[in-house]
Amino acid sequence: MKLIVDIIKKLPGFELKIKLETDNIALGLLGPSGSGKSMTLRCIAGIDTPDSGRIELNGRVLFDSEKKINIPIRKRKIGFLFQNYALFPHMTVEENIGFGFDKSIKLLEKDCRINKKIEMFKLKGMEKKYPYQLSGGQQQRVALARALIMEPEILLLDEPLSALDDYLRNKMIVELKLDLTQFQGITFFVTHNMEEAYRLCDKICILSHGQIEAMGNREDIFNKPTTVAAAKLTGCKNISEAKIIDENTIEAIQWGLRIKLSNKDLHNVKYIGIRAHYLELAKNPEDLNTFNCWPVFTSDTLFRSIIYLKFKEAPINKLDYHVLWDISKEEWELIKKSPLPLKIKINYEKLILMESKGIE
Amino acid sequence: MLDLSPLWISIKTAFTATFIVFFLGIAVAWFMSRYKGKIRGLLDAIFTLPLVLPPTVVGFILLIIIGKNSPIGKGLSHIGINIIFTWSATVIAATIVAFPLMYRTCLGAFGQIDINMLNAARTLGVSEWKLFWKVAVPLAWPGIASGTTLSFARALGEFGATLMVAGSIPGKTQTIPIAIYFAVESGENNAAIMWVSFIFIISLVVMVLTEKWTEKQYFIVSSARRK
Repeated sequence: MKLIVDIIKKLPGFELKIKLETDNIALGLLGPSGSGKSMTLRCIAGIDTPDSGRIELNGRVLFDSEKKINIPIRKRKIGFLFQNYALFPHMTVEENIGFGFDKSIKLLEKDCRINKKIEMFKLKGMEKKYPYQLSGGQQQRVALARALIMEPEILLLDEPLSALDDYLRNKMIVELKLDLTQFQGITFFVTHNMEEAYRLCDKICILSHGQIEAMGNREDIFNKPTTVAAAKLTGCKNISEAKIIDENTIEAIQWGLRIKLSNKDLHNVKYIGIRAHYLELAKNPEDLNTFNCWPVFTSDTLFRSIIYLKFKEAPINKLDYHVLWDISKEEWELIKKSPLPLKIKINYEKLILMESKGIE
Repeated sequence: MLDLSPLWISIKTAFTATFIVFFLGIAVAWFMSRYKGKIRGLLDAIFTLPLVLPPTVVGFILLIIIGKNSPIGKGLSHIGINIIFTWSATVIAATIVAFPLMYRTCLGAFGQIDINMLNAARTLGVSEWKLFWKVAVPLAWPGIASGTTLSFARALGEFGATLMVAGSIPGKTQTIPIAIYFAVESGENNAAIMWVSFIFIISLVVMVLTEKWTEKQYFIVSSARRK
């Protein structure tokens, strides 16, 4: 099982330039809105046509601009899960699932395969219902069953969860992950939500302005992004330019701090970052990498407080801050009564070291 | 006893024209809904033209195209066929003036279909033929039905072009609208009132039946849009 994509397509405002290879594992394409990720999926499916390049699936050429090959959608053996599921509203559940079969298949075999899928996707008793009578989760399962019954070699999922509210999305991620274990081929998942990407995919590819910013297994992508763009897209809020002082000291220029590190190869580091929830209050003011900090202002979310901090000296105004600190509301309630400045520790093991800016 | 032939001629003409326009309109609209070529605007204008031109202009153009002195008319009279001033001419006139209504309404209905649904069908490996009959037509059905009703009403009411190419031959080409005109002209008001009532009744019955007939389909098709 192997998918090879190497395509170029001019889009309004930028050029989509995708070069990737993937095999049997779940691949996620993560990128902000308008980065070209859906277009990539549509090119693989054949719904849109790249300007040039080549797409190959399990040795079959689906598209090759040089050899003028462009296999029509219906012959690509691709399963596509649309964001709105695109169920046929005038067909029942079983008609939807069996729609892809043509007359050459025997009625008995057709019924048997439909029944198998209905059982597999927990749709028993709903065979005769119409899509409008189903819940969102049931609709998603019908759409999956309909795509998988044709035994595609790859399943493309175009933001299947982003139309849902938070509660439902959380539930459906778990369900979708479980349902996808039924499928043996390649799954290719497009999303702008990093949590979805992390929870559903083994390997993640970050897309920014039509170009691949980073690709790797999900732990590396989230823990060790190598460019500023990749760090930002995976949710890192605190980034500063860096200057190497000596083999175990680095200066964060925007923050005005010198941070001690050990056993790190600092050679090409040009930027450093730290995720907002990795900042911590120092237990002992003498701890390594502990700095004086003043809260500038706070912004509360449901269960967390985001504190905007300024290092070294008191802030002049509300825009005068260096980093964001993400802690639980309870903790902040306790800390905010303590005398200023706060002693904030940067744990060097949690630092993200980056070598370039990347495409922003 | 009043001659009822205009009633039968009108109904026969309207049904025949609607039958032709139904298939022709759907086919052309489906083609145009996917055609993105250079002459799209021109084709669209040509298909819509009979709607905006005065019927007498349509009738005049038809006379030029299929009249006795035109190449087509000459060719046909060679094999013994004459169209002008026959029942066929009433059908042709009604078909042409009704076509744009069917075409326009169907084009709109096909355009309303969620493109993802068509693409979903394609990824499932089905042919364009099956896609058209099993997905596009059912989803566009409410539009197709109202296009059909409009076309029927237009064909039934056709006057100007019909008079020019088919004339007013009682028992042969005289339809109800033409009968009304000549009844009024010769002062037979009672006859005119009767024909007017016939037109009323036929139009109402057809519209109510179509409405009943598409109610359920409309509910199901629009269920995809309600969410």
